[in-house]
Amino acid sequence: MTAQSRRFRFNWRGLVLPALFLLSVELIATAGTIERDALAAPSAVLAAAARTLTSGAALKATGETLITAGTGLVIGLAIGLLGAIPLGLFRRADLLMMVPTESLRPVPPVALIPLSLLIFGFGYPMEIAVVAFAVIGPIFLFTRSAIRGIEPQLLEVSHALGLGLVARVTKIVLPAILPRIFVAFRIALGIALVIAVTVEITANPLGLGYALTIAQQSLQPDLMFAMLLWIGLLGWSLNALLLWVQSRLFGAAA
Amino acid sequence: MSRQERLLWSLASIGLAVLLVMLVAKICEMGLVSPIFLPPPQRIWAALVKGLTMGSFGVMFLATIRHMVVGLAIAACLGIGLGAMIGTSATARAYLMPTLEFLRPFPSSAIIPVTIAFFGLTESMMLAVIAFGSLWPILMGTIHGFATVEPRLTDVSRALGLSRRSTMTKIVLPHAMPDILGGMRIALPMALILATVGEMLTGRNGLGQAILLAARSFRTADLYAGIILLGVIGFASMLIFDGVERRLLRWR
Repeated sequence: MTAQSRRFRFNWRGLVLPALFLLSVELIATAGTIERDALAAPSAVLAAAARTLTSGAALKATGETLITAGTGLVIGLAIGLLGAIPLGLFRRADLLMMVPTESLRPVPPVALIPLSLLIFGFGYPMEIAVVAFAVIGPIFLFTRSAIRGIEPQLLEVSHALGLGLVARVTKIVLPAILPRIFVAFRIALGIALVIAVTVEITANPLGLGYALTIAQQSLQPDLMFAMLLWIGLLGWSLNALLLWVQSRLFGAAA
Repeated sequence: MSRQERLLWSLASIGLAVLLVMLVAKICEMGLVSPIFLPPPQRIWAALVKGLTMGSFGVMFLATIRHMVVGLAIAACLGIGLGAMIGTSATARAYLMPTLEFLRPFPSSAIIPVTIAFFGLTESMMLAVIAFGSLWPILMGTIHGFATVEPRLTDVSRALGLSRRSTMTKIVLPHAMPDILGGMRIALPMALILATVGEMLTGRNGLGQAILLAARSFRTADLYAGIILLGVIGFASMLIFDGVERRLLRWR
């Protein structure tokens, strides 16, 4: 048996506990002894999920969250890379920028929600700004350490070839750190999704986080858990997709 | 690079930071940005000092730290306890790991509306969210640490006739410690994020609530001062954690 097929062998034991859990919640919920505004039977949750998915409401909210998380991620990626490349290559520039960069890093990104709200008002830009701020840090750190980990011989070769700075970055540095940048991108995508949903729950009337909050406030626990399930599936499948792409593109290099 | 040169660069870096602040002050003075979006640094500093000495910043600062620490403590107890049980038993892992792996990429803040439905806008709700969010990295780290103990080490401990308890404290726990601390390191900023969000939503004492109110009443200097204080908490918690980690892993 190959490693591949062993990994995908059906593992019935992994299903026992979720099945037991769902069954007991179903029994408790249908017995009706529990407050109904916080709990819903799994069958009702599935029905609500089917309703909201077919009506298009969940898909619209998903689109809004993915657009903001994605745009914020791309902006953060660009800023993080632009900052990390010179600071990773030149030790002295990095030492010089230490205090300014390190003093921004410990600020929790959600602390910018009120400021972003004040500047942009409700809507996409305020959420994109918070997401971008949140992902800059991790991407910057990953990229900088990846650049420092480049084989010194590679950089020496580029010197020997007489490559200019731009050629050195595009022909040697970027290709060498691409696998690591992809890992940083995958991790940053997870962060972007968490932050986007958090901003939507806290302040911004958009996307999945807001849909979740509305379901809770309108006392529809079935819809609330359906949205929760959908968000979980989304997070899981995005992560799984990127892991698959990563192993296809880079294999053990990442 | 020599030690002296390094020190010189650090001083230069502080100088650069001061210059940047002065540049911001100049931009404000020239009226290039509305003071509602970016108040001059000296006004932010004044708001910070005033808030800490006469205002409520001191209370809010301590409240946020308390939320963070209590939430983390709950997460650490649950995460290390459950993680040790799951990590040491192959059977438990076979039953639980698929579920845990499925839940791992779950955006933990999405649990907030559910906890509001259960607990209302209360202190317990906030602590539940902080604990839930910080639980995952600690739990997964602990499971990994306990599950990867070299079998030869446990063989040795059996050959030495060590009791189950001393095997745990002398061999398994030291082996798992770097992974547990690795999980804690990820949980720490998560706890601060969720404490801030929890305070914003519940309106309970804390810097999250303070900055939201400051923004709503356009007291931007107070808003920036609150953000700085949250940054101070983030920075100090990392420093303290680094110190603890160095002590606990001194044997390596």
